[in-house]
Amino acid sequence: MKQDKIGDPLDRVDGRLKVTGGAKYSGEYKVPGLTYGVLVPATITNGTVTAMDTRAALRAPGVLAVITPFNAPPVPGYQPGAAKPVKGLKLFNDNQVHFNGQPIALVVAETFERATYAATLIKTTYQPQPFETDFHKNFDKGVVPNEGKYKDYVRGEADAYKNAPVVVEQDYMLPSEMHNPMELHVTTAFWDGDDKVTLYTKSQGVVGSQRAISTAFGLDPANVQIHSRFVGGAFGSSLRTWPHEVAAVQAAKLVKRPVKLTLTREQMFTLVGYRPLTIQRIGLGASTDGKLVGITHESHSQTAVYEEFTENAVNVSRFLYASPNANTRYKVVPLNVGVPAPMRGPGEATGSFALESALDELSYKLGIDPIELRLRNYTYTDPERNLPWSSKYLKECYQQGAERIGWDKRSAQPGTQRDGEWLIGYGIGCGAFGAYRSKTSAKIKLLPDGTVNIQSATSDIGPGTATSMTLIAADTLGIPADKITFQLGDSSYPIAPTQGGSQTVSSVGSAVHDACVALKQKLNTLAGLSPDTTAPIDYAGILTKHNLPMLELTQDSQAGDDAKNYSMYSFSAHFAQVYVHPLTGQVRVKKLVAVVDGGKIVNLKTASSQMIGGAVGGIGMVLTEEAVFDDHFGRYVNGNFADYHVPVNADIPDIEAIFIDKPDPIINPVGTKGLGEISLIGVAAAVANAVYNASGKRIRELPITPDKILMA
Amino acid sequence: MNPFQYTRSLAAAGAIQSVLKEPHAHFLAGGTNLIDLIKMGVVTPERLVDINPLPLKGIEKTATGLRLGALATNSEVADHPLVLQGYPLLSLAINAGASPQLRNMATVGGNMMQRTRCNYFFDTAMPCNKRSPGSGCGALEGINRMHAIFGASPACIAVNPSDMNVAMVALDAVVHVKGPKGERKIPFADFHRLPGDHPEKDNTLERGELIMAVDLPAPAFSQHVAYLKIRDRTSYAFALVSVAAALKMDGNMITDARLAMGGVAHKPWRLHAAETFLKGKTPGDDTFKQAAQIAMQGAKAYRYNQFKLTMAPNAILQALKTASA
Repeated sequence: MKQDKIGDPLDRVDGRLKVTGGAKYSGEYKVPGLTYGVLVPATITNGTVTAMDTRAALRAPGVLAVITPFNAPPVPGYQPGAAKPVKGLKLFNDNQVHFNGQPIALVVAETFERATYAATLIKTTYQPQPFETDFHKNFDKGVVPNEGKYKDYVRGEADAYKNAPVVVEQDYMLPSEMHNPMELHVTTAFWDGDDKVTLYTKSQGVVGSQRAISTAFGLDPANVQIHSRFVGGAFGSSLRTWPHEVAAVQAAKLVKRPVKLTLTREQMFTLVGYRPLTIQRIGLGASTDGKLVGITHESHSQTAVYEEFTENAVNVSRFLYASPNANTRYKVVPLNVGVPAPMRGPGEATGSFALESALDELSYKLGIDPIELRLRNYTYTDPERNLPWSSKYLKECYQQGAERIGWDKRSAQPGTQRDGEWLIGYGIGCGAFGAYRSKTSAKIKLLPDGTVNIQSATSDIGPGTATSMTLIAADTLGIPADKITFQLGDSSYPIAPTQGGSQTVSSVGSAVHDACVALKQKLNTLAGLSPDTTAPIDYAGILTKHNLPMLELTQDSQAGDDAKNYSMYSFSAHFAQVYVHPLTGQVRVKKLVAVVDGGKIVNLKTASSQMIGGAVGGIGMVLTEEAVFDDHFGRYVNGNFADYHVPVNADIPDIEAIFIDKPDPIINPVGTKGLGEISLIGVAAAVANAVYNASGKRIRELPITPDKILMA
Repeated sequence: MNPFQYTRSLAAAGAIQSVLKEPHAHFLAGGTNLIDLIKMGVVTPERLVDINPLPLKGIEKTATGLRLGALATNSEVADHPLVLQGYPLLSLAINAGASPQLRNMATVGGNMMQRTRCNYFFDTAMPCNKRSPGSGCGALEGINRMHAIFGASPACIAVNPSDMNVAMVALDAVVHVKGPKGERKIPFADFHRLPGDHPEKDNTLERGELIMAVDLPAPAFSQHVAYLKIRDRTSYAFALVSVAAALKMDGNMITDARLAMGGVAHKPWRLHAAETFLKGKTPGDDTFKQAAQIAMQGAKAYRYNQFKLTMAPNAILQALKTASA
C-alpha cells in the first residue's frame, strides 16, 4: 500500500462531491417549513427613514412579516447597555441611513419570488441629509485611525528619501474592488425554542460566527450551532458575521420558522465589504549605486462613517528592503459607504502594488535591472523589528522566477521589443505576508477498522483544507490518506481560527499533527513500546487486542514564544510577460510565474491551484476590476457581473507556480508558512511593471484598461 | 418584477394582435435582455407575447442574398456556412458579443431590440429619460465612460450595445417587419434612431410591429473584413469602441469600402464619408488615418469618455489594417 506523504500532489478529497453536485453549500439545505427573506435597500445615501407604508407588501400573497425600523423585534446585543455590544451596523435598530443600499426592511414570505415582489411594494419616506461619498473631494478629511491612537512608523529619519541623490515620489491609486465570490452570501436560520438557534451560513470561521450570533442574541455559545461545510469562495468577505445574518436569525425568531436570506449580486456590492479605494504616496530615495536611503509610504483609504476599517497597506515598506530610514503614515477617510473588509492579501496587496511599482520606477531612473536593485537592498534580518527571519528564501524566488519567465530576454529599454504589432515587456513584483499560527484544537478518533476521523472547526473556502489536513495526518500516522476523514465547518467541533490571514495550514495543520502524534504515542504505550517509537504499528490490531471499541482524544496546539524572537513571513516574487497593443491599448498577460517561499508545501496539487487562483485575482486587480461609484447619487453603477469585470478565461495566460518548498524551522512542526495571500500580493505590480517595460507607459491608477494605455 | 400576462403565439398575426391588447406589452424571443430588465424593474410589462413557436428560425438563400429569420439564434447565424462564406463580417461581429450561452439563446430580432447597457437606465433608483421620460439623464453629468460621442442629445447619451447591429448596418441589411397595417421593409440604417427628445424610443418600429426577418444583399465583402472590439476584458464585455470594416479590393486598390462603429452612438454608426474617401485609394496607414479623421468629424465627448476621441480613430486604423492585410 502506498504511503501518502506531505508534499504529494493528492487529489481533493471532496473533489468528486464538488464536481458532481454532491457538496451541499449553505443555500442548499431544505429545512422543513423554510421561508425566504428579502432585504429592501435604502435609496438615499444619508438621512433618516421617516415612514414606511408596508400595507401592500403585507397584503401580497405569501407574505409572513415585514421587519422595519418601526417594528423590529429587539436584538439584545444591539441594545444600549448590552453585556457585549455588537459592533458595526445594526439593521432595523434605528431609522438612520448611513449609505445607499443599506437595508431598511426585511420581507419574509413563503417563497423567494413572493418576498422579492412584496419588497417592491413598500413605500418609504425619507428625510435625506447631505452626504459625502467622493473620496478625492474628502481626501483632506482623512483621520488617523483608532480615534487618533494609530501610531505612524518611523525608523531613522522621516522622509529621508527627499534628500537622496536619486528620488522617486509618486501616487498610486487602487479603486474599490469587490470580493465577488461566485457563491452569493446566504444564511438559513432556525430556532429550537427560545434559546437555541442553528445557522447554515457562508462563513470563513464557524467559531467566530457562533460567537457573533451568541453575542447578538445573548445566548450561550453552546446553544448556537453554525454549519458551513462548503463555501463557494469568500476572499475575506465572510471573515465576520454581517448584519444581514443577524437579521435572518431575528426574522426566524419572529415568524417562528426557518428563514433563508440570500443576498442579490447587487447587494454583494454594499453589504459584505470590499477592498477599499486607496491612494498611496511612495517616496524612495537611493544612492546612485542603487542603495535605498529612505522609504516613505503613506496611504489614505476609504472607510464607513458608522464603522472604521483599517488594513496594513503601508506595513510592507517597513521590512521588505534594507533602508536605514523608513517611515509610514496611514489615514482613513470616513464616507457614506458600506464598510470595507479584508480582501485576499488585505492591505499588503494594495501596499505592494505601490511599493513595487515605485521600486520599478527607481530601477529605470538608476539604470539598474529591477532584480539587481532588489538584490542590492536585500535584507537578511527584519529591519522593522530588528529580529532574524524564521526563514527567508526570497533570493531563490528571484532567481528561479527570472529563469522561468525568460528575464534574460527583457530589454532594459521600454518599448523596444515587438511580436508583430504587439509590444512585449517583462515585470517583477514581490510580496510578503505574515506567517501566523493561532491556537487550534483537533479531535482524533481511531475506529476498529483502522480508519481515522479528525474534526476541527476550521473552514474550507477553496484551498482544499480537508485534503491538506488528510495528508498531514496520513504522513504523521503512517497510514494511507484514504483511511482518513477530516471534517470541518461545524461549530461543535474543537476550536479553530477563522480561515483568513493564510494561517489555516499552519494552525490547524499543527493541531492535526499534534493530535496524530498524541494518538500514536497512546497506541505505542498500549502496545508496550516507547511512546515515541516511529516504527509502523497495527492500529486496528492494538484496539482489538485491548478490546477497545475506539480510541479518541482531543489535542490543543499553539505556538510558543518564537514569534517574539523571530519575524515570520511568507515571501513571493511574481513575474509577468505582457503584450501591449499600442494602437488599441489592449493588454494581454502572456505568461505569469509565481515563485513562493511559503515554507513546506503540504499538497503540491492544491497549493499550485491556490497560487493560480491568487494570480487570477491579481490579474483582475491590475487589469479589469473596479467598482465604479457615482458620487451624485451615492450608488455603484456597475453592481453586476456584466459590468464589474472579473477576469474571464481569455484574460488568463499560462500561470506557473513554483515553490521553494523548504520547511520553516521555527513556526510549526510541519514548517508551513501559508500561501493564500502571497499568491496575490505582488501580481499587480509585476503586470503593471511589465506594461511599462513593453510600452513605456507607467499606469499608476488601476485597473490598466485600454483607455488608460491610450491616454498615458 | 411585476405580475404580467403571458401569451404564447403560434402565428405572427395572432402575436401582433396580442401585443396590441395592452400599452405595455412586449414580444418575447430569446429573453436574454428582456427578462433581466423585467427582473430589475426596468421594464414592467403588462403582457409578454412569446413568439418562439413562430416559424421564423430559417436561414435561407434568396434571389439576391440571404434571409435570416428573426428567431434564428445568434449562434446559428454566426456558424452558418452561407454566413461564414458570404458575410464573414457578420459572423465575426456576432461572435464578439456576449458569451456562447447567451448567443445560443439570443435571436436576430432580439439582438436588434436589445436595450442600452447605460447603468442609469438599469438602476431604477437613478434618473433616466429612456426608462422614465422626463426624469433626467444621470449619465450626462455622471459616469459616462461607456457613452456616446456621436449623435447624442441632452436627453440621452446612451449607446446601442449590439455587435451584430454594427455588421448589419455595414452590410446594408434590410429589416422586414409585419404590423397591424401590414408588412414593410426598413433599411437597417433607419431601424435604430438617435435619441433626440425621445430617448425612450430605440427604433422606428411602430406599435405592434414585429420583426420577421433580416435580408442581406448579395455577398460583396467576403474577403477583406475585420471586426475589432476594444473592451475592458478579453471576452464578455461591452465595447468601449468597436469597428466593422469591409473592403473590396482590385489588386492593390480599394474599390469599395464599408465602415461602421459600435459603442459610439445611440445606433450602429455607419461611416459613409470615410467609405467614400477610401474608394479608389491604395491601402496604407496614411490613407487609413485620413479615413479615420474623416470618420471622427462631429464627435463630441463627455467627462469620462474623452478617450474615445483617441480610441475610435485608432480602432478604425487598426480594423482597416487588419481587413486589408
